[in-house]
Amino acid sequence: MSEMAAHDAHAHPPGFAHQFEDAAQQKEAGTLGMWAFLVTEILFFGGMFTAYIVYRSLHLPGFIIGSHLLLVKFGATNTAVLICSSLTMALAIRSAQTGKSKGTIIWWLVLTMILGAAFLALKFTFEWRTDYLEHTVPGAFFGFEYRPEWGANAPYVQMFMCFYFFMTGLHALHMVVGLGILTVLVIMTARGKFSSEYYTPLEISGLYWHFVDIVWIFLFPLLYLIGGRYSGS
Amino acid sequence: MSDHTEQGAHGHVVPVGVYVAVFLALMCLTALTTGVAYLDLGKWNTVAALTIAVIKMLLVVLFFMHVKYAHGLTKVVIIAGFFWLGIMITLSLSDELTRGWEMNPAGWTSVIPFLHHLFF
Repeated sequence: MSEMAAHDAHAHPPGFAHQFEDAAQQKEAGTLGMWAFLVTEILFFGGMFTAYIVYRSLHLPGFIIGSHLLLVKFGATNTAVLICSSLTMALAIRSAQTGKSKGTIIWWLVLTMILGAAFLALKFTFEWRTDYLEHTVPGAFFGFEYRPEWGANAPYVQMFMCFYFFMTGLHALHMVVGLGILTVLVIMTARGKFSSEYYTPLEISGLYWHFVDIVWIFLFPLLYLIGGRYSGS
Repeated sequence: MSDHTEQGAHGHVVPVGVYVAVFLALMCLTALTTGVAYLDLGKWNTVAALTIAVIKMLLVVLFFMHVKYAHGLTKVVIIAGFFWLGIMITLSLSDELTRGWEMNPAGWTSVIPFLHHLFF
């Protein structure tokens, strides 16, 4: 596209593609396109949330036992970590908007990546490992024999844990993809692709990152909290 | 606030203070939702947890995702997405939650002759 722009008599801002009226329209189109994708993501996660709501209403006692198996301290810490990462992402985009140096943009992006990696590290190495050792991972070693106190609710405790691992697992997968996108953004920033005139890739990647944050904002209360923490465990 | 309508290649530059205020609000709401979960409010526990989650979502969407300053078309697309999610959840639950209902509740049989008497 830059070669094409060079042939044109008009001066074009960097990153400007010819099919658009102007840079503002290009940015609008990019934002709208990203939101169209995020709407599909809302319904993708929404399907799982709907299934969760329906089965929770059917098997409430099992789901409450399951919810008590999760550790609120990890869930709450990870919520805080993700909110911090959303702030650093927003500040990365703002640095590009206001024409700050490459180093400043990269600093905020790398900080966002560190926070994202911290989230995954906490989830994989503490939470999921603990779940495995406590026999709460669905499968051959699930606690049917190990946790007799669950009684007839045990199959529904396992169902809750299936929802937990699928929902947080798909969320974690989105985080891993997000870290890949951030890596590309760091490389693009280092190569000087962005300026206050053109930073759309940063902007729409930010939309993705914040969306993944929002999914967690709902997963945390639905999985960890609404089982009634006051009543035992 | 006067420059909120400003649109251009630069987009709307949100002041750092707004980002920090939104961030602090999100952190406080996280602490609040965690704390409220340990109080026995009956059914209101779920209502409180979901209300706080929706408020947090709105803060992220409006400020971090710049939707407050976005084009009207973008807003329509986003609202449509959540509207369809609402349809999915509402229709699924309207099936699920009404399955236990009686096919012929006792009072019905007397209502129909009464209506017949009334109109014919």
